[in-house]
Amino acid sequence: MEAKTLFDKVWDAHVVRKIADGPDVFFIDRHFIHEVTSPVAFLGLETRGVTVMYPERTFATADHNTPTINQHLPVADPLSANQLKALESNSTKYGISHWGLGHQKNGIVHVVGPENGITLPGMTIVCGDSHTSTHGAFGAIAFGIGTSEVEMVLSSQCIMQPKPKKMRVNVNGKLGKAVLPKDVTLYIIAQITASGATGYFVEYAGDVFENMSMEGRMTVCNMSIEMGARGGMIAPDETTFAYLNGREQAPKGEAWEKAMAYWKTLKTDEGAQFDLELNFDAADIEPQITYGTNPGLGTGISRNIPKAADVKDGEASYKKSLGYMGFEEDEQIIGKPVDYVFVGSCTNGRIEDFRAFASIIKGRKKADNITAWLVPGSHIVEAQIKEEGIFDILTEAGFALRQPGCSACLAMNEDKIPSGKYAVSTSNRNFEGRQGPGARTLLASPLVAAAAAVTGVVTDPRDLM
Amino acid sequence: MAYDKFTVHTSTAVPLPLENVDTDQIIPARFLKATKREGFGDNLFRDWRYNSDNTPKADFVLNNPTYSGKILVAGRNFGSGSSREHAAWAIYDYGFRCVISSFFADIFKGNSINIGILPVTVSPEFLEKIFTAIYADPKAEIEVNLLSQTVTIVASGESEGFEINSYKKDNLINGYDDIDYLQAMKEEIGAFEKERIF
Ligand code: SF4
Repeated sequence: MEAKTLFDKVWDAHVVRKIADGPDVFFIDRHFIHEVTSPVAFLGLETRGVTVMYPERTFATADHNTPTINQHLPVADPLSANQLKALESNSTKYGISHWGLGHQKNGIVHVVGPENGITLPGMTIVCGDSHTSTHGAFGAIAFGIGTSEVEMVLSSQCIMQPKPKKMRVNVNGKLGKAVLPKDVTLYIIAQITASGATGYFVEYAGDVFENMSMEGRMTVCNMSIEMGARGGMIAPDETTFAYLNGREQAPKGEAWEKAMAYWKTLKTDEGAQFDLELNFDAADIEPQITYGTNPGLGTGISRNIPKAADVKDGEASYKKSLGYMGFEEDEQIIGKPVDYVFVGSCTNGRIEDFRAFASIIKGRKKADNITAWLVPGSHIVEAQIKEEGIFDILTEAGFALRQPGCSACLAMNEDKIPSGKYAVSTSNRNFEGRQGPGARTLLASPLVAAAAAVTGVVTDPRDLM
Repeated sequence: MAYDKFTVHTSTAVPLPLENVDTDQIIPARFLKATKREGFGDNLFRDWRYNSDNTPKADFVLNNPTYSGKILVAGRNFGSGSSREHAAWAIYDYGFRCVISSFFADIFKGNSINIGILPVTVSPEFLEKIFTAIYADPKAEIEVNLLSQTVTIVASGESEGFEINSYKKDNLINGYDDIDYLQAMKEEIGAFEKERIF
């Protein structure tokens, strides 16, 4: 039998029809929708006079523009309120399960899917949000789609996809002190640039990922899109199965056994071919931070900002980027002033991230110059934070916890970093204006965010551990 | 979505020689609150185009009357970032029918074709030639010919071919979209669905 990659196995099992010199008609097992990218798709269905083919395969949650305080009150912004209402009425109309604002399972789409067992190995999963790649942590093929494709999935449970090329990223060795999954992914992106994996689907392999928790794997797969890849995936193993066992929507009893038998076949065969294979050594990775306006412009926290001549972006773009950030070439990053700290998003808004954050906060105080927004990824994460006593640690140190949502990750709600201010953020994008018009974002792990939150400047977390 | 059929466009072009232009620049998130597809063109490149008091920024190319046309020419890795189709809608709504670059982000490329914008990938060398031609003469016309899959700098006759698969090409030429195709194969999809274990 031909040796296949994990990606091939899952992809090939979902091709309904191959079109000669065209895309594959590709079947989608699970479809997530949210308030921002779905209304126009539903409008399209109506215009065409078609309906939703398999409503039980679509799940709706409100997250992108929901407020993160006073969620019990009516949403103040009429445009946001209108989108939330559209999501609810479309879901009701077509019989789609809807976890709206205030629902106990509400949260960021890529957080609630896995934690409720909707995301399973071997599935194909799409959503009108590019960080759908998160679900690849379970050995699923998961990627973001545009609104036209949302309409395709609603109306036919399929999209048209050319099969991407395959890349494997191997990271082996032992991670150093304070090096989190976020650092691993920021490091890889800095090495290969923000477009280094465009056209590819990535499989992450090696002992660093094998030893990683599901939360960590989700952080890594989440950021795949930031190196240009459509998505990334990790072969399911005992860690995956242990995470899933007992989750609300995961298979039970006999169905679980049957699923397990299939899931255990989901790994890359010996000798299977990749179009590109990259190898990194865990020992080379230190806590990372970005200094520019794309996620590839990052470096080890102890280093200086690279010179234009040493980066792969064009010089004009690089200079524009540093100009926006108010940084100079060859400056030290440690000690740079920080105004805001944001912990949250589908990248780092899970329980492990708050545990990491609390580990440094504990026994310290929030720096006076820092405004901190700590936003759990879901109500389930929020409940865990309280149960584990993390909430008390945060409160004692002078921090408040907000309610779940995307928040300052994309600043569609009120949580906008003011123009010119610096934010150390655990989210995924440092684009110009991403966190608010004129906002300056430094992407980092929850440990680096915590170090900034208590010292008020960019600080190496290893100095506080 | 119904869009204009695409065969040949000959037009002046707007140069944007920056790299890594991401979807947050093309259409910032705060403008994604509409529940309709139309009207995004007004906010295309919003924060590069307008000051915070909504006055136009004179140095941004869309505010420079010297440059206009149905073709946008941009630096490499255009459209990186989010999956928001609003980015493509904004470009279409503004009046562009084609974007030329040496490299496109995947999702943006797919979204564009799905709504009737042709993303044309040319070599870095040819991209430079196009920029040079436009800067030498802002009235220089560029011909984008989908039928013959070529881009030509009309004045000099310099030309380069580009790739597109024949399925997507037919769709653009005929103004069809994927949903028409998928609706016609629902039985086949239904049979496939019955066999799925999840
Ligand atoms: S947290 Fe950010 S990246 Fe994640 S789904 Fe929300 S907006 Fe998208």
